[in-house]
Amino acid sequence: MLKKRVAMQDVEAEHRLFNHRAVFAMVFVVLMFAVIVVNMYHLQVTSYQAYQTRSEGNRIKVLPLAPNRGLITDRNGILLAENRPVFSLELVPEQISDMPTTLQELSALIEISEEQQTNFLKEVRQQRRFNSIALKEQLNDEEVARISVNLHRLPGVTVEARLSRYYPFGDLFTHALGYIGRINTNDLKQLEENEQLANYAASRDIGKIGLERFYETELHGVMGYQEVEVNNRGRLIRVLRSVPASSGKNIKLNIDVGLQLTAQQILLEKRGAIVAMDPRDGAILAFYSNPSYDPNLFVHGISSKNYNALLNSADRPLINRVTQGVYPPASTIKPHLALLGLETNTISANTRIWDPGFFQLPGVEHRYRDWKRWGHGWVDVYTAIVESCDTFFYDMGVKLGIDRVSDYMQKMGFGEKSGIDIHEESNTIMPSRGWKRARHNQPWYHGDTVAISIGQGYWTITPLQLLVSTAVLLNNGLQPTPHIVRELSNDLGTESIDTTPQEVMQVVNPRNWQVVRDAMQQTVATQKGTAFNAFKGAAYTSGGKTGTAQVVSIAQDAKYDASKLDERLRDNAMYIGYAPADAPTIVIAVTVENTGGGGSTAAPIARQMLDYYFSAEVNNNDE
Amino acid sequence: MNNSLVNPPNRISKLAFFHIDTPLLLGLLTLMCYGLIVLYSASGQNEGMLEGQLIRLGLALTVMIAFAQINPQTIRRWSFPLFIFGTILLVCVLLFGHVGKGAQRWLDLGFMKFQPSEIMKLAVPMAIAWFISSHNLPPRLHHLLVGFLMCLIPTLLIAKQPDLGTSILIATAGIFVLFMAGMSWRLIGFIAALISAFAPVMWLFLMHDYQRKRVLTFINPESDPLGSGYHIIQSKIAIGSGGVDGKGWMQGTQSQLEFLPERHTDFIFSVLSEEFGLIGVLVLLAIYLFIIGRGLLIAARAQDNYSKLVAGSFTLTFFVYVFVNIGMVSGLLPVVGVPLPLVSYGGTSMVTMMAAFGIIMSVSTHKRSIAKT
Repeated sequence: MLKKRVAMQDVEAEHRLFNHRAVFAMVFVVLMFAVIVVNMYHLQVTSYQAYQTRSEGNRIKVLPLAPNRGLITDRNGILLAENRPVFSLELVPEQISDMPTTLQELSALIEISEEQQTNFLKEVRQQRRFNSIALKEQLNDEEVARISVNLHRLPGVTVEARLSRYYPFGDLFTHALGYIGRINTNDLKQLEENEQLANYAASRDIGKIGLERFYETELHGVMGYQEVEVNNRGRLIRVLRSVPASSGKNIKLNIDVGLQLTAQQILLEKRGAIVAMDPRDGAILAFYSNPSYDPNLFVHGISSKNYNALLNSADRPLINRVTQGVYPPASTIKPHLALLGLETNTISANTRIWDPGFFQLPGVEHRYRDWKRWGHGWVDVYTAIVESCDTFFYDMGVKLGIDRVSDYMQKMGFGEKSGIDIHEESNTIMPSRGWKRARHNQPWYHGDTVAISIGQGYWTITPLQLLVSTAVLLNNGLQPTPHIVRELSNDLGTESIDTTPQEVMQVVNPRNWQVVRDAMQQTVATQKGTAFNAFKGAAYTSGGKTGTAQVVSIAQDAKYDASKLDERLRDNAMYIGYAPADAPTIVIAVTVENTGGGGSTAAPIARQMLDYYFSAEVNNNDE
Repeated sequence: MNNSLVNPPNRISKLAFFHIDTPLLLGLLTLMCYGLIVLYSASGQNEGMLEGQLIRLGLALTVMIAFAQINPQTIRRWSFPLFIFGTILLVCVLLFGHVGKGAQRWLDLGFMKFQPSEIMKLAVPMAIAWFISSHNLPPRLHHLLVGFLMCLIPTLLIAKQPDLGTSILIATAGIFVLFMAGMSWRLIGFIAALISAFAPVMWLFLMHDYQRKRVLTFINPESDPLGSGYHIIQSKIAIGSGGVDGKGWMQGTQSQLEFLPERHTDFIFSVLSEEFGLIGVLVLLAIYLFIIGRGLLIAARAQDNYSKLVAGSFTLTFFVYVFVNIGMVSGLLPVVGVPLPLVSYGGTSMVTMMAAFGIIMSVSTHKRSIAKT
């Protein structure tokens, strides 16, 4: 109490001092709160939009939905490429209390390899606990059944179905359809260039060759997406918005399964190509290259062993012989050359020459032999085509000269891409003076023209080009664009492929065209015709031309087996034909490697094809 | 002092009989209710957590009422012994303390773990106030030096644990006593200069790597958005996306989908900002401002210097809690582990804080009884 009294004097001053400080403190507090408010205003009002956007970006994720790939059917609606569910065994770690026991139980039900278990457990460690992880993929039906009946006692175990491409006819349509495979780095680059990458966010596969590649955009469809709300660990909370994917277009081919099967059955072990088309609109009716291979191998990734076997096979199954097989045309182009002769008045329908069995250029000793060593005697344009007289064409070819031949044949489609709806098409050579100068740095000799006159020498074709040029011949100069696909359709409608043939040739005199076609008909119908035996007793009229090419096989491959060398040096057999003779609905080109004469080997094949075509009346539902 | 005689007897005077300061109690209760509403949302509608918080609040209120019953003079007498006791405990912690979360902060008493630094939050300002108030105000320089020393020893002991947040809070509480006692402005300026000079030394020798990282993150959180910057970035996104009126109770996507870390403890203010917007923030600040204002008013009206200094220091320390927490979650200050008082879930600090409010209430209510006698 004493102390207090002594300090009494100071109490008022002390209180004043303290109150002063208290007021100051309160002002300071208010100021600091003002700083907070200003900062809050900045965050919540000034920068509201920016933070709102980032908040949405946190919680909303977009999940892409893959579209279903379009189906492919033949002209009658038979499925050639479908999407089949593939089953995989998947586990959600979060829902499994005892992983080793579950794995043990599953191993008791189906076979699960050590490697599959190891990979699975590795994935489990790396993935989120609520993600479904595959233990075994591509389960067979029995495995699916075994798991399914036991699912009730295996919580967290599911059998997931995913759609996967399947080609039910195996190797029958490979060269036409092609196949799909996993998207690789090159595909990604391509997609990026085409600004299609975003559309493939959910897709695993892409068309690699054939129609699957050519019509990739149409078959693939448009990706859909889901906007989902996720939490900080990425777990899906709810779906906010869903835009379904729109499936790819279904494709209907012009090809008839029956005709295609016939082609495969005829060729069997032979290497070669059969292609048939409707000359009026370019619709491809059959498109088969032998040997073929199973495209299903490629869908899930082909093993390198299998791939090397295909790649190194002496029979070269990967080559699409219809569009990539490069052959000399041989005598099959004699009708085309005859037409040129007639149209340029180099010959007339009545022109006759004497064939002693050989041809000589003026002032040159060398004899260019006819295949008939003793000669055909007096020969006009009909006989020349029907009996495939070489001498007549040697003579006419030299008179025409390479410039006119080269120019005219190019118009008919030789040396040019046909424009068919697959990308695999090889370049061929329709030789000319300029070409020889550029390629070999040599002048053009008359001898070269002589060889060209019977479809040998530098001239190369693909079976498809031969087919298209024959259609031009049948159509009086109108060239159809060959197309495998007939129509594309989806829910919105059907879109047919444009089938209007292009006028590529000027007709000087329609009579000339008829002369050539008559001669081709006589090749089949008259006893001396090279295809007479093959078509004896046919229920339909037809025309055609045989060819026998003296060549080494298309496989200019040094690797092939020496013991087979002889076989592979044999002649290629060729045939072009059409039917019915007066109003053709089908034109066909047959090429068989190393089997000898066109009349004896290729023409009978064409006969079988046409027999099937008319008996089964492939064209019936065409109208 | 005459007011109490003029005032008609009513419910308030009954509360006064229990030494309760009604405005302060109402402010605290309002804050607690608001806090519980936010916590229910921030915990992800976890009723167990809500229950735990209710029990803790009940305990804290009990502690507050208990402290309010003690006469300030009694408290004053116990100040220094408590300070000595706390300092000894701090030394014990360093010697035999329990290591948890990389820091040595707890003493294991066998039946419970106990953080001596909590005692010091009260004991340091109380002891300094006891010392300073035993002399005339404003304090002389050598008195101030003693005060600083009493402040420095526990601060360093706690910083060594390491618990930078608490040590700074305790240092601040001590300095507030000296400030309220009337330390000259010149000296304040000098100390401020000294601290700025001391900062590089702290950075180089006293701070741990994780603390340095926090400061760096504070300067530029976007430099490591998925690592050390993640907390503050997500917090700012939560606050900013709340806008003026907020996303609605339990509708905050940042908090409900757990993008916001520590959403129910240190970062609960971000949840409030996201769900109730700027309006909700202003309401919270108003409640805090009311409590602080009331605390300072009680201090100003207190009769003796010890009471004034203790009440003033406690109130300002409470403000520091609020400011540091809000500052750190909104990017004004580096992230130090300071909870939002009476709103954040859990923590022994809540009990300590309510004990402090109990002492403030004791100061507020006991002067009348003194006046009557």
